[in-house]
Amino acid sequence: MADSRRPAEAQAVLHRPPQGGLGRAGAALTRGWGAVRIQDFGALLALVLLCLLFAWLAPGFRTFSNVVTVSRQVATEAIVAAGMTFVIITAGIDLSVGSLVAVGGVVVAGLMTRQHLPLPLAILLTLVVLGLFGAFNGLSVARLGLQPFIVTLAMFASARGIAEVYTGGTVITVADPSFSVIGNGYLGPVPVPVIIALAVLLVAYVVLSRTRFGRYVYAIGGNEQAARISGIPIARVKTTVYILTGLAAGIGGIITASRLFSGDPQAGLSLELDVIAAVVIGGTSLFGGIGNIRGTLIGVLIIGVISNGLTILNVQTFWQDVTKGAVIFIAMLLDMLLRKLESRRIRAAAQA
Amino acid sequence: MIAPEAVDMRGISKRFPGVQAAKDVTLQVRQGEIHALVGENGAGKSTLMKILAGVYGADEGEILVGGRPAVFHSPIDAIEAGISTIYQELMLCSNLSVGANIFLGHERAYWPGFVDEREVRRRAREYLELVGLTVDPATPVRLLSVAQQQMVEIARALSLDTGVIIMDEPTATLSERETTNLFRVLNLLRQRGTSVVYISHRLEEIFQIADRVTVMRDGQVVGTAAVSEMTEDRLVEMMVGRSLSGEYEKRPRPAPRRPRQAPLLEVRGLMRSGYFHEIDFSLEAGEVLGFAGLVGAGRTEVMRAIFGLDPIEAGQVLRDGARVYLRGAADAIRHGMAMVTEDRKADGLFPNWVVRQNASSANLPRLSRFGFVRRGVEGRAVQRLMRDLDVRPHNPEQMMANLSGGNQQKAIIGRWLLTEPEVLILDEPTRGVDVGAKAEIRRLIRRLAADGKGVLMVSSELPELLATADRIVVMREGRITAQLSGSDVTQEEIMTYAATATTAAGSELAKNKEFGGSNG
Repeated sequence: MADSRRPAEAQAVLHRPPQGGLGRAGAALTRGWGAVRIQDFGALLALVLLCLLFAWLAPGFRTFSNVVTVSRQVATEAIVAAGMTFVIITAGIDLSVGSLVAVGGVVVAGLMTRQHLPLPLAILLTLVVLGLFGAFNGLSVARLGLQPFIVTLAMFASARGIAEVYTGGTVITVADPSFSVIGNGYLGPVPVPVIIALAVLLVAYVVLSRTRFGRYVYAIGGNEQAARISGIPIARVKTTVYILTGLAAGIGGIITASRLFSGDPQAGLSLELDVIAAVVIGGTSLFGGIGNIRGTLIGVLIIGVISNGLTILNVQTFWQDVTKGAVIFIAMLLDMLLRKLESRRIRAAAQA
Repeated sequence: MIAPEAVDMRGISKRFPGVQAAKDVTLQVRQGEIHALVGENGAGKSTLMKILAGVYGADEGEILVGGRPAVFHSPIDAIEAGISTIYQELMLCSNLSVGANIFLGHERAYWPGFVDEREVRRRAREYLELVGLTVDPATPVRLLSVAQQQMVEIARALSLDTGVIIMDEPTATLSERETTNLFRVLNLLRQRGTSVVYISHRLEEIFQIADRVTVMRDGQVVGTAAVSEMTEDRLVEMMVGRSLSGEYEKRPRPAPRRPRQAPLLEVRGLMRSGYFHEIDFSLEAGEVLGFAGLVGAGRTEVMRAIFGLDPIEAGQVLRDGARVYLRGAADAIRHGMAMVTEDRKADGLFPNWVVRQNASSANLPRLSRFGFVRRGVEGRAVQRLMRDLDVRPHNPEQMMANLSGGNQQKAIIGRWLLTEPEVLILDEPTRGVDVGAKAEIRRLIRRLAADGKGVLMVSSELPELLATADRIVVMREGRITAQLSGSDVTQEEIMTYAATATTAAGSELAKNKEFGGSNG
């Protein structure tokens, strides 16, 4: 019969309790779901198209040294975006990451030059400090019940102010040459920041997709009420994800400071916008519950490739901003269209 | 027989601002019994159960679980004490898989916190088999039907392995067959010695499945009795505090209709691939046209399409004989149509607005001037409406969330009446509404028909449909399988058309009675 065109039929089959037929439909559903796994396909397509476009327009784009340059440029964003992915999946947001990058930079520089601490200890203490900044955000959201947007907006303003106060409005220059390895060194042909970023992304990927904590992050974003009555420690998980963005911003701040041989309170300006854009382009929903690290990496690369390609093409910075905005918009549009096609395919699969 | 009660709630009281939700309530649940808890909406059942589930703390009273005093500060405490709850609003994470949901919060993990996915899948399959659901545990919950999600919830409760399970209206969204399956699971639980507290509005279910029943009214327990010593009439009387016999009395004969050129609403060959096909029917003024069918038969989808909420791929909608094109609800409203959706909470009401704002929200253009809402006109219109429909409390400034389900529903129907529609589409208008309010809503529907309006009414409760509708359209798997009318239509007949999997749709259509096939 014409059953294949009648999902109602399939529905009825699914509703039928134990007897046959149901397993088949169930399997079909899963198959359809398997196909959804290419959910970051839209962003990936946009990335490939962008690369092809720039490779065609600008010969300088497709050199190996430029690939290295791009990857080093996006390293900090990738690290921060990994943390941001956690926060956004819980349906939160962290606007303070750019300012926290500045804090991370000035703190590590200050600890080394003013307190004369050895590098490892300075790094460790910096991460502790940034973890505390993140914990402040997290506790305000999770325990006091304040809106993440407002809490982190307040932190966005204060943290940069704190960085300015700490340095007295100037930059803290680091003389120790070992410090500069973090931002400028290479391991073989690969820049050290890229290695750090890959390590962070790998850990984030494993934690988010394989651990109980990662599962809880998705659960809270999917249905907080359901998560609560399931006994998930919501406050603890929420606090933790903001600590994670704090730590990520700390690592990013250390790398940035190392690259510039100094802690600059103006570092990381408007980084939060690029990072949030990258995460969302990567398929993470601002409503929470949906997203992954693979997508975030692609999103970061898209933003990085645009900046790099336009610079090589000698496009004025103002026009770079305009173009960046437009590309973000188009990437989202493309993504949405592909998602629609996808859900149509799931429906078709459910009928099969 | 000195075994301690599985649950012993003593002298429980709970006050909310302005409401005494529970007053000196005592409830004992024996081990291995199915204990039904009934009462009208607002009687305090849900409050009582939320206290038992650890969602609310009681102001007074004590709870003993298995003879030991228990204090719950959170739902986790209750689960640990051996009480799990299936809430009326399903509490699943739709973004996660079936398996992840079943074990959410109590998944086994090994260092450093990794979830053993294979173990999750294997054990999930066991529990799914127990509840008769054979979907793959890796399927995301959002792809499941409501009934299937319900089963996942039950599988979840089983996996928690608690001695007591609270079920708050588990069958509200289930079809007959799914309900049968649920009862199979309930019997299984009883055999295993699990106690179930079963809240339902469907009294016939209580006689089918429960061992004992406790009736609540106005925050107090009216009485507890063995089901075998109860009658349905007696139960209803206890619930409402008065006799309601004759509630399902056959509807008054419809008023003679004024002859018209064309039907109020006519639908020809409506089709949306994957949802419904070849939908033909017509609705006369003063008529209530009922839609019966199993969950997933496509009734809601047809209603949504007629109201312009979903696209139509083929077919026509005619209002007063003229073809109309509906690209959205605004078009439908302009053509004198109104729709009360199935899911009141999700699609219908603004819970943190007051009743006045809720009731006027579909009618603001008419109630405003120069873009400003005319508060006086709005207030008077809503006041009149509330008096007319007996929405209680009679206070337009009451928060919508504080109203009982029945009164919320009346307020929403009122919202649409303010737009002065000719065609009303009501999708499950009495779902989640208590017995008394159900009867009121049914009377209201008949009154609207008597006023000359046409009503399309989707309902999964056949007695209600039989008592309210003039004709009944039966749907199955996206197609109309019968159009029935006359006073001799029976529930069995409707169920045959709704559920029987004969594929020769043509021959079924030929069996239409009286009005059948009148709009070819």
